[in-house]
Amino acid sequence: MSGSAPYLRLQGVSKSFGSFTALQDIALDVHEGEFVCFLGPSGCGKTTLLRIIAGLEIQSAGQITQAGVDISALPPSQRDFGIVFQSYALFPNLNVNRNVAYGLENAGSARAATAQRVEELLALVGLPDQGTKYPAQLSGGQQQRVALARALAMSPGLLLLDEPLSALDAQVRGHLRHEIKSLQRRLGVTTIMVTHDQEEALTMADRIVVMDHGVVEQVGTPLEIYREPVSPFVANFIGTMNQLPCEVNGTGGVKLGVLSIACQDHSVESGASAILAIRPEDVIPHGAGARSPGAPDIIETPGNTFDARIEDMEFLGSFFRAELSGQVLGEAHLLADFSINAVRRMGLETGKELTVELPAERVRVYAGTAV
Amino acid sequence: MTDATLNPVSNRGPRARFNLEAWVMRGGIAIAGLFLIVAVILPLYAMLSKSFEDKDGAFIGLTNYVAYFDTPSLSYSISNSLTVSIVATIIVITLAFAYAYAITRTCMRFKGFFRLVALVPILAPSLLPGISFIYMFGKKGFMRELLMGEPIYGFIGIVLGSSFWTFPHALLIMITALSLSDARLYEAAEALRASKLRTFFTVTLPGAKYGVISAIFVVFTLVITDFGVPKVIGGQYSVLATDIYKQVIGQQNFQMGAVVSVMLLIPAVLAFTVDRLVQRRQVALLSARAVPYAPKPSRGRDIGALIFCSVMAGMLLLVLGVAAYASLVKFWPYNLSLGFTHYNFEIMDGGGWGAWFNSMKMAGLTALIGTTLVFTVAYLVEKGQDARFGRVVIQAMAMVPLAVPGMVLGLAYIFFFNNPANPLNGIYATMAILVLSTVAHFYTVAHLTAVTALKQIDGEFESVSSSLKVPFWTTFRRVTVPVCQPAIFSMAVYLFMNAMTTVSAVVFLYSPDTNLASVAVMNMDDAGDIAPAAAMAMMIVYTNLTVVLIYGLLSRLVEKRTQAWRQR
Ligand SMILES: Nc1ncnc2c1ncn2[C@@H]1O[C@H](COP(=O)(O)OP(=O)(O)O)[C@@H](O)[C@H]1O
Ligand SMILES: [Mg+2]
Repeated sequence: MSGSAPYLRLQGVSKSFGSFTALQDIALDVHEGEFVCFLGPSGCGKTTLLRIIAGLEIQSAGQITQAGVDISALPPSQRDFGIVFQSYALFPNLNVNRNVAYGLENAGSARAATAQRVEELLALVGLPDQGTKYPAQLSGGQQQRVALARALAMSPGLLLLDEPLSALDAQVRGHLRHEIKSLQRRLGVTTIMVTHDQEEALTMADRIVVMDHGVVEQVGTPLEIYREPVSPFVANFIGTMNQLPCEVNGTGGVKLGVLSIACQDHSVESGASAILAIRPEDVIPHGAGARSPGAPDIIETPGNTFDARIEDMEFLGSFFRAELSGQVLGEAHLLADFSINAVRRMGLETGKELTVELPAERVRVYAGTAV
Repeated sequence: MTDATLNPVSNRGPRARFNLEAWVMRGGIAIAGLFLIVAVILPLYAMLSKSFEDKDGAFIGLTNYVAYFDTPSLSYSISNSLTVSIVATIIVITLAFAYAYAITRTCMRFKGFFRLVALVPILAPSLLPGISFIYMFGKKGFMRELLMGEPIYGFIGIVLGSSFWTFPHALLIMITALSLSDARLYEAAEALRASKLRTFFTVTLPGAKYGVISAIFVVFTLVITDFGVPKVIGGQYSVLATDIYKQVIGQQNFQMGAVVSVMLLIPAVLAFTVDRLVQRRQVALLSARAVPYAPKPSRGRDIGALIFCSVMAGMLLLVLGVAAYASLVKFWPYNLSLGFTHYNFEIMDGGGWGAWFNSMKMAGLTALIGTTLVFTVAYLVEKGQDARFGRVVIQAMAMVPLAVPGMVLGLAYIFFFNNPANPLNGIYATMAILVLSTVAHFYTVAHLTAVTALKQIDGEFESVSSSLKVPFWTTFRRVTVPVCQPAIFSMAVYLFMNAMTTVSAVVFLYSPDTNLASVAVMNMDDAGDIAPAAAMAMMIVYTNLTVVLIYGLLSRLVEKRTQAWRQR
């Protein structure tokens, strides 16, 4: 991001509930206009972190600055944010108009101005003419939009969303994902959204904060997180990742069985056992025996290739996922995604032998032992 | 990684800046705590310490207790109290279970009617069944042959009277317990070809177990702490509740009154504690996926249920009807012509119509102040964010009144408020102390109603409003109160009806200026004016009936007005 000061800065934020540490030493910068997702498994502390940013929960340690002001000790009412909860928390006895106007009315803005603003907001979230209905008379998706309109009513500098889509069915969710994202772009409001759904994070976020057990595992753009996960946890949480046991050799590459494999830079010391990681869609298929001289489509540089056999193959709609075994793999199996095209062209099916390539720029190595 | 020296930021949590809302919240919690301490805890403490003092207020250890157990005429009441309570409990639980079973598990006709009729005793003070039974089984009673020479005054009268007025309390719990059953269990039993009887003992009873246990403790506590029935019809059969009255009012022996109070407090607290412990285990039993049981018609069973319920309802209505009739009869049993002479309370001792007006005023104030107070306190406790310790303590204190018998509370109020050193001494013998004691007396049930309602509304309303810069008290007024309005109504009605019927706490606290209808019933009965006593008791019934009808109408009206947003 640019060199300008971040809009929201968290430093050393920790939170414990009694003896349980829910968050540990969180540091994070969020820039103006950015859409950031907190992504992680349930119970990892996402909501707690969001509530700390809102002031609804007080951190045990650490500092938060928003727009250059230290807000660490401010109560929620003195901070600048709008929030949408998982339950929406719409006031059931007030109609949509009154819900959206709730904060405006209290701030004492003129009746006409409030009404106009409410109308504007409802149009913005795609709910014109629904103002006189009560929340109970709306669908889940509509309620969600009302909650969003209410959160935006006071033109907050920061929009906080806690799993806003998780209570909706898949179709509505997909639609709203898109709408929220484009609304956020249009308004340019800095937004933090909590989710445990990787797809949601990948499609909506400018940057993703992957969390696990109260710590930040990785911060990066969706592509960075997907392409260059810093740990097996991140790799596995987002998409699918093969994890094979290997041993680091002196050249910086690794040994998979008897085979030397070139890979991305890593920090595991030579001689140590490690985890070789590659995504199924990065595995490249070649014809059987492509390594042997005289084969029809011989590979010029036979590095990172080995012979394998298809144990099982599953059609997943737009591609096939194959489970491969091979001498180099030992006991382990390798998952590989093959395009429909490749499968047809090469006649791939269960029991078929083939040669596969693990391209060096897609092979990552982590410390630890694969399970 | 977590090395504090590497962390440039202070390791201590930030100190929150001044925040009006937080201080209002904390202030509210502090006031609520203070209120419960003054209204419940301190009086009880005063009462307890009194039992360890002599007449001059010097500490004498257990001397009073030794004297108590050395006086057989006093200590004998313990076993009397236990005996009547256990016998009445067995009778009520059996009948209420059968009645609830008929309502929930059969296809009997007129269920709604039977359900309503069974609740009739709630409208009346517990003095009323005593009076009716005298008319039925007393020396001139028209059904006295049924007792075969046994006197109604004493054991039999107390058991009968207690059974009458505690029946609806047991019934409500049983109906709830039996409605919560899971139809899938019955289907399984049927698939396994279990006999009807076996299904009853292996599915029905265990399913209702917690309800039955709870009802047992509730009835036992109600009977052992009741003052009205034994006062009217106990005769020479003394029980703990009447002993307190005799010691304090008859003999002015306050220390011994305090000792008897402790004797009565022990079983009440025990029953309360055991019940709480048992109920805590029930939660896990209820599964969210349970399918409600719908009974299938079965001719024999349904007719049997109809006959049983008709007999029960008939008896309940008979008891009430006798009091109503007796209050109108000119001179029982010699001149059975009807008239309103007994309603001319002005010519009797007991306070006249003024007592009834006082009761109306007291009940109205209790409902108004009590509901406002209890609901606000419950809100602070449920939705408050900090002052965690304070909130836990308030929760605990709010449960105490349920375990404290009215007689004990009343006596405790004398000790605490009639002390010249107490700055609140001024409220002694005023309407204020009657209202305060009644609110305290019935605090717990109202509190639990409020808490249940509050737990059902979204926990994030306060968070949302603070994000919108709206203080919590605005949201309390604009959202929480309207949403909880049905619960608030029912709290108010509960407090009003109990304030109208209660005798036990207020009997120590009324003054000639603040005579109450329920106390007047007792005093007129004491003076032998039993027909006017019946008349005043009926006035209480009619008043409560009116309030219930208004409540029903009002609820229906509000329901209509709010049905657009109330989802069911
Ligand atoms: N008020 C609280 N008291 C005690 N533990 C809490 C409290 N709030 C959250 N936790 C715990 O902190 C952890 C993180 O919770 P949360 O932030 O809600 O997770 P997430 O939103 O990622 O699912 C969980 O283990 C949860 O049980
Ligand atoms: Mg969460």
